[in-house]
Amino acid sequence: MAGQVAPTNLDFEYRFGFSMPEKNVFKAKKGISEDIVAMISDMKDEPKWMKEFRLRAYKIFKEKKMPEWGADLSKINFDDIFYFIRPTEAQVNSWEDLPEEIKTTYDKIGVPEAEKKFLAGVSAQYESEVVYESINKELDKQGVIFCDMDTGLKKYPELVKEYFGTLIPAHDNKFAALNSAVWSGGSFVYVPKGVHVNLPLQAYFRINAERFGQFERTLIIAEEGSYVHYIEGCTAPIYTTQSLHSAVVEIFVKKGARVRYTTVQNWSKNIYNLVTKRAKAEDNAVMEWIDCNLGSGVTMKYPSVYLTGKGARGEVLSIAFAGKDQHQDAGAKMLHMAPNTSSRIVSKSISKEGGRTSYRGLVYVHPKAKKSNVYVSCDALILDEESRSDTYPYMKIKQSDTSIQHEATVEKLGEEKLFYLTSRGLSRADAEGLLVNGFIEPITKEIPLEYSVELNRLINLEMIGSVG
Amino acid sequence: MLDLKNLSVTVEKRKIIKNFSYSFKPGKIYVIMGPNGSGKSSLAYSIMGHPSYKISTKSRISLDKKRIDNIAPEKRSGKGIFLSFQSPLSLSGVTVRELLRLASPNRDPLEVRQQTDKYADELKISKELLTRSLNEGASGGEKKKLETLQAAVLDKKIMIFDEIDTGVDVDALRAIATFLRKHKKNKTYILITHYNRILKYLKPDKVLILIDGDLKKVGDKKLASQIEKKGYLKLVS
Repeated sequence: MAGQVAPTNLDFEYRFGFSMPEKNVFKAKKGISEDIVAMISDMKDEPKWMKEFRLRAYKIFKEKKMPEWGADLSKINFDDIFYFIRPTEAQVNSWEDLPEEIKTTYDKIGVPEAEKKFLAGVSAQYESEVVYESINKELDKQGVIFCDMDTGLKKYPELVKEYFGTLIPAHDNKFAALNSAVWSGGSFVYVPKGVHVNLPLQAYFRINAERFGQFERTLIIAEEGSYVHYIEGCTAPIYTTQSLHSAVVEIFVKKGARVRYTTVQNWSKNIYNLVTKRAKAEDNAVMEWIDCNLGSGVTMKYPSVYLTGKGARGEVLSIAFAGKDQHQDAGAKMLHMAPNTSSRIVSKSISKEGGRTSYRGLVYVHPKAKKSNVYVSCDALILDEESRSDTYPYMKIKQSDTSIQHEATVEKLGEEKLFYLTSRGLSRADAEGLLVNGFIEPITKEIPLEYSVELNRLINLEMIGSVG
Repeated sequence: MLDLKNLSVTVEKRKIIKNFSYSFKPGKIYVIMGPNGSGKSSLAYSIMGHPSYKISTKSRISLDKKRIDNIAPEKRSGKGIFLSFQSPLSLSGVTVRELLRLASPNRDPLEVRQQTDKYADELKISKELLTRSLNEGASGGEKKKLETLQAAVLDKKIMIFDEIDTGVDVDALRAIATFLRKHKKNKTYILITHYNRILKYLKPDKVLILIDGDLKKVGDKKLASQIEKKGYLKLVS
């Protein structure tokens, strides 16, 4: 069935734009330097290899140029950002034990409520560190690990060392280097062989401070034949100054395993969201990215799947919504390195009130990847004359025995469809909301109900007061 | 009850309805006929309030003596007008059930759903069509049945059917026409059509002939069969 909620006629406001007084236990001075990088590592009492990894990454960050393609990043001032804020003395596993400001924040966002209803585990990051964490006891018994990355490094140093930074090395791009140097928080997930985690695990990321940089680092390892669904959500207060969110996510999907990673990104518009996400899928493994970008001022994000094993399957379903002062430069990368691999990219973008969406995708088929299957579909919906949408689909096919299907459409929200719906009694705003929800329905139906409801609601809110 | 007075309509500066005046009375069945391009659909769109159809300052459309030509389509719908489209567009990801629920905000959603299912049954619309994107991949007959279904659930006092009988096979036509007859009650039907076949089921009280945006002739049901025999040219010359 199509969209689960009725479009509601509310005045649009970014519901999560509130901020709380800063009551941090530690805030590093503004800007980035070798000292700051070393200090973060020291404060976390990290093993030597990690400190060295950070310092090497910092050098790479300084040498790397800003990307010369994609969105406009010229206004980012790396010296005007706080790189590390420790929000609390210690992590807790009961919401009640959180400081009042932080607890109120999560209550307003609705995380504790969601946890009760349908999640197997929750991690909540506030500024630089995870302040709350809990996991279903059953999963714990089965050997599933779900903790923040800092704890992961402390408790499972060998496991972390084996995988960390191997899929996205520091020199991958400038922002991966920056993250590698100053990373803090994020999730560490380990699912043992054959274990199916039936309910989703969720991480929630919140930025509260002004001019802040959040650099979480996530590592997911799904052993043979296992399954896990990881969901992340994110919000921030509205400030007139810019903040930066630059995460790195690495996922290892072993033989026959399946990982689904869902993002509902709803940062406030003063956030630069520059994220590197990559997964490696081994024989017959399945990796699915469901990537919904509604918020932030600028997003550059192209979740990738390296299909390294025979019969591996990769999927990216992405929704981008760009309103006033927003540029969503999003897409996907699929690298077919083995025979019989298949990939599917479905991108739906919506732009209005001068917003801009860009689909940027790369599909590469290696000569070894015989009988591979590629499907790319990108649809753009433009709601008014001021808005813009571009498509940059790159394909490098080095194997002729490949099946390729590529579809792209650009449509304007048609006056005729709006007239049809208003003639049936729907207000213009409701009609727009209904059409937009219908447009993204192929993707929202893949998202857990609770999230698709939230997503439809968010889009309805964004729609109110648009064209006409 | 629905009064059109000096209605002149232009689309992209082209005049398509010229000084049309007519009063539609409650409970009657009207048929509007005319050659292709004579302005029949434009008349329907203008009554419903399509934003691209500009009416002249002298034009008046009123319902129960209140002007409606200056209000939005959804308001006109609220006052009791329904338009069944000649070529209904397909709406991706929007089901007819959902559309009808949203279009009936003051009714119990469950009741709307039950009524939708019941009428769909009467119209021989398969359940699958109710849960699928509206009109997407539907046949001509299915589309017109879905329009009829919406008309019945939304239940307005004036219903305009723009070529409800075009592109439908004999069985679908019978299903639609008998359904409309059964649910007619005290409503006003305005049927835009090229053919007499639907008039076997729905006997018109008046037949209006529109040519080149002009109301050329008004008659009883005999006029419709004359047109079928002789054509428009002979009739008006």
